[in-house]
Amino acid sequence: MSTRETTTREDQNSKVFEARGITKVYEMGEVQVQALRGVDLDLYSGELVVLLGASGSGKSTLLNILGGLDTATSGHVTYHGKDLTEATERELTSYRRSHIGFVFQFYNLIPSLTARENVSVVTEIAAEPMRPEEALAIVGLGDRVNHFPAQLSGGEQQRVAIARAIAKNPAVLLCDEPTGALDSATGLLVLNALERVNRELGTTTVVITHNAVIADMADRVIHLSDGLITEITSNQDKKTPSQLQW
Amino acid sequence: MKGQALAIALVISSGIATFVMSISTLDSLRYTQAAYYNNYRFAEVFISLKRAPESLKGSVAAIPGVQRVATRVKAAVTIDIDKFPDPVTGLLISIPDKGEPLLNGLYLREGRLVESGRDNEVLVNDAFARVHGLSPGDKLHVTVNGKRKALTIVGIALTPEYIYQIQPGSMLPDFERYGILWMGRTPFGAAYDMEGAFNDLALTLAPGAEIKDVIDALDTIMRPYGGLGAYGRKDQVSNRYLSEEFRMLGKMATIFPVIFLGVSAFLLNVFVSRLISTQREVIAVLKAFGYSNLAIGLHYLKLVLLIVLLGTVGGVLAGIRLGQGLSRMYMDFYRFPFIEYVLSPYVVGAAVIVSAAAAVGGTILALRRAALLPPAEAMRPEPPVSYRETIIERLGLKGFFSQPGRMIIRHIERRPLKSLLTITGIAFSCAIMMAGTFFGDAVDYMIDVQFGLSQREDISLTFIEPTSGKAVHELQSLRGVDYVEAYRSVPVRLRYRHHEYRTAIEGVEPDGDLQRLLDTSLKPIELPPAGIVMTDYLGKILGAGPGDILTVEVLEGSRPTLQVPVAALVSQYIGVSAYMQLSALNRLMREGSAISGLYLATDSRYKNDIYESIKKMPRVAGTIARKDAIKNFYVTMGKQILVFAFYMSIFAATIAFGVVYNSARIALSERSRELASLRVLGFTRGEISFILLGELALLTLVAIPLGFVIGRILCAYMINSLQTDLFRIPLVLDAGTYALAATVVLVSACISALIVRRKLDNLDLVAVLKIKE
Ligand SMILES: Nc1ncnc2c1ncn2[C@@H]1O[C@H](COP(=O)(O)OP(=O)(O)OP(=O)(O)O)[C@@H](O)[C@H]1O
Ligand SMILES: [Mg+2]
Repeated sequence: MSTRETTTREDQNSKVFEARGITKVYEMGEVQVQALRGVDLDLYSGELVVLLGASGSGKSTLLNILGGLDTATSGHVTYHGKDLTEATERELTSYRRSHIGFVFQFYNLIPSLTARENVSVVTEIAAEPMRPEEALAIVGLGDRVNHFPAQLSGGEQQRVAIARAIAKNPAVLLCDEPTGALDSATGLLVLNALERVNRELGTTTVVITHNAVIADMADRVIHLSDGLITEITSNQDKKTPSQLQW
Repeated sequence: MKGQALAIALVISSGIATFVMSISTLDSLRYTQAAYYNNYRFAEVFISLKRAPESLKGSVAAIPGVQRVATRVKAAVTIDIDKFPDPVTGLLISIPDKGEPLLNGLYLREGRLVESGRDNEVLVNDAFARVHGLSPGDKLHVTVNGKRKALTIVGIALTPEYIYQIQPGSMLPDFERYGILWMGRTPFGAAYDMEGAFNDLALTLAPGAEIKDVIDALDTIMRPYGGLGAYGRKDQVSNRYLSEEFRMLGKMATIFPVIFLGVSAFLLNVFVSRLISTQREVIAVLKAFGYSNLAIGLHYLKLVLLIVLLGTVGGVLAGIRLGQGLSRMYMDFYRFPFIEYVLSPYVVGAAVIVSAAAAVGGTILALRRAALLPPAEAMRPEPPVSYRETIIERLGLKGFFSQPGRMIIRHIERRPLKSLLTITGIAFSCAIMMAGTFFGDAVDYMIDVQFGLSQREDISLTFIEPTSGKAVHELQSLRGVDYVEAYRSVPVRLRYRHHEYRTAIEGVEPDGDLQRLLDTSLKPIELPPAGIVMTDYLGKILGAGPGDILTVEVLEGSRPTLQVPVAALVSQYIGVSAYMQLSALNRLMREGSAISGLYLATDSRYKNDIYESIKKMPRVAGTIARKDAIKNFYVTMGKQILVFAFYMSIFAATIAFGVVYNSARIALSERSRELASLRVLGFTRGEISFILLGELALLTLVAIPLGFVIGRILCAYMINSLQTDLFRIPLVLDAGTYALAATVVLVSACISALIVRRKLDNLDLVAVLKIKE
């Protein structure tokens, strides 16, 4: 089916990512696992995209390639015209450092640092960061800045992770099942935080989820199946997280 | 994990290797010594005297407890060797005209014993023959009793009586300028006016005999014949030095293995604790399947014992190799005719038991924890670790640290004990390095003080017997002799309460420039007009200090027994001597201005001329050239020190590497998730390495000064337990020792850091983040 029709009307100048023919093959001894089988995809500035697909369909693989954590086996990904597939390890590191914010299912905070310090880790090495307190306020944790991860709930930890991801004012925010380990009420708080960042800061946001309901808050929803994009739909009236039907 | 287990096994190996090496070498030396003494009939009691008729032998043999008696003639001689200008002195000892000596037998390395009827045959000792390239058939000239005799070497021999060969009056062995010679009793007696008489006697004791009684009886018999006091093996110079050396070796055999095994126990503990905490879930599953606590405990115990086994086998094998090498080195050094390398089963058994005990002791608590972990709890991940602000930060230095800096110090502070143990482990490797290498500097210093500040003569010579002071002028007038000082040396037995010690009282000129006594700050002290000044070491042996009255039993001439007060103690690194003003000693001995020898300060340009003149003086029995003596000392000592330092550096590096590598690997496994997160956030490889390795660097940097302190203590302990009559090494550690120790630690830390750094560079970011904490 022709899915690209729906995206061509977008402004070419604000194209953030352009992926063409990405494949990813994992070599596991004798066995080869084909995680991506030729993905073409454009992502645009400021949009909130949800990636949906069955387990093992290649969502995380795609996200990691976009974020410079992993490299494609073949095909090309460009970020603002710069080819990521050609980049060296050092260039990828500096690319992540300056442009990308990550949020994972497991929060991956540094246990020895407080909430504020976990955010400072990033702001100290960023070019134009916001203040750590500001980032924590955006995710609603202005009053927990001096707590250590062990003193925070899972949802709070995930919001610290979001604050950490957005504090450097990244152009792109990549979230892999950010609500995967949380109950729905807590998940909602996290989604609120993501939505607010996307709306107020205009950060291009990609969210992987297994929860199709969450797709209602996206500008576009991309469906992945067995390493291929099967469908891309645009939401005409996107909902706020609080309007989602759980 | 394999790497870690190997690193621990390596540390265990080092410990076991030092243990097996030292103990087996010691055993071999002791065994060889005993066999040598036994096979070559080393005597048990010795006495020198002026002259006694051979018929006296019967009365000695009749002393209860005496087994066999051998009479001998001994004489100090000067030796002339072609193309060797330095004065060479020696000790000529009589052997039977035919056949083996009854006691103090000879091991023939080359040639044969003397044959009766030939009056020009001589045997020389092996070390002397070797340095001069002498072999049977060569000729040398010996001056006995002022008569020069041409002799032909017929054999090269060794004897248990002179394993250590030190010229009387010297403090260091000099194989080049001092030799032991043997000649048939009849030709020797003829040349030395000792026909039908003897001046030296040795005997062995019947089983169960009381040595003290025999010595007393012997002294009584020999008194009228100018006996110089009988003594047992304990006071026999060669045997005494040998025993001291073996005692030192024994100390080494315990100190180092204890440290190595302590460190490996600690490493195993950390390793097993970590292993158990990462395998909580596996343990839980096994338990859920019905494995017993014991089975689980045994599983880990088996792993520990496997590592120990690996380390022990490697250590024993390495220890045997090193022990054999070391034994052979000692055989060469002591010139034993043979060495029997013995490895008693108890050494290997002790190695296995000690290392297994250290390992089990180090891990027992961790093993217990694994065994007792309830399955349900084990399924759950370990409770989150809680951190807090460190003391340093709360002291207001917060702004000082970046986040990575904070991560480092908080991590250290959260596990203070582990950090402390890591520091201690590294510090010990630094200390071992120091203990292994400081000898060189300390010995340099000792020699500098002794021969630069205290004994400053260029040449010292001794007369055959006490001589009038006129000899001073005779030597003073030689060209090239700048300055002459006389001395008198009286052999004595000093007694204080129930302590006694055989030594000599040196009478020296009070404001002399060549022989000076030093106080603790190395300033020359003035000799008091009366009383004895002695080394503090002798003071300790006798338990006497200034003001105490010593009983002085003179062992020559009319052998008076006198009461003399101690005037002062001085510190000396070499020898165990007592001093008096020359005139005071002469007065005490009721003799005129008698002297035993002279110290000369000479112009080195005229050295050979002076030697020539001295060689022509019939009354000169011995000559010692200071610089040559020192050089010789370095050659023999240097080799041993180098071998020892080399082993120690390797072992110290092993420990440093083992500790740092283990800490690094554990830190890596504990923190890989955290570090991967930082990589995802855009930290470079260098930046995350800083966090992990920065912690280790910090611990290493703290450990080094601590290592210096421990090293100093260890050196002090070693020096203290290595004090001997021969010398007492001062605790002198120069900057080079510290620098070398720090360098070895830093280099091994850097090597393990590089290995870990390579692992960090290959950290799989995606994989790490997928796993639940
Ligand atoms: N490191 C790896 N080695 C081998 N195969 C891998 C690896 N990572 C992913 N795969 C395989 O690649 C395919 C895609 O994996 P990916 O993690 O992208 O799926 P996903 O869509 O994120 O699944 P989920 O929703 O379960 O997280 C799967 O078949 C997976 O088994
Ligand atoms: Mg996934």
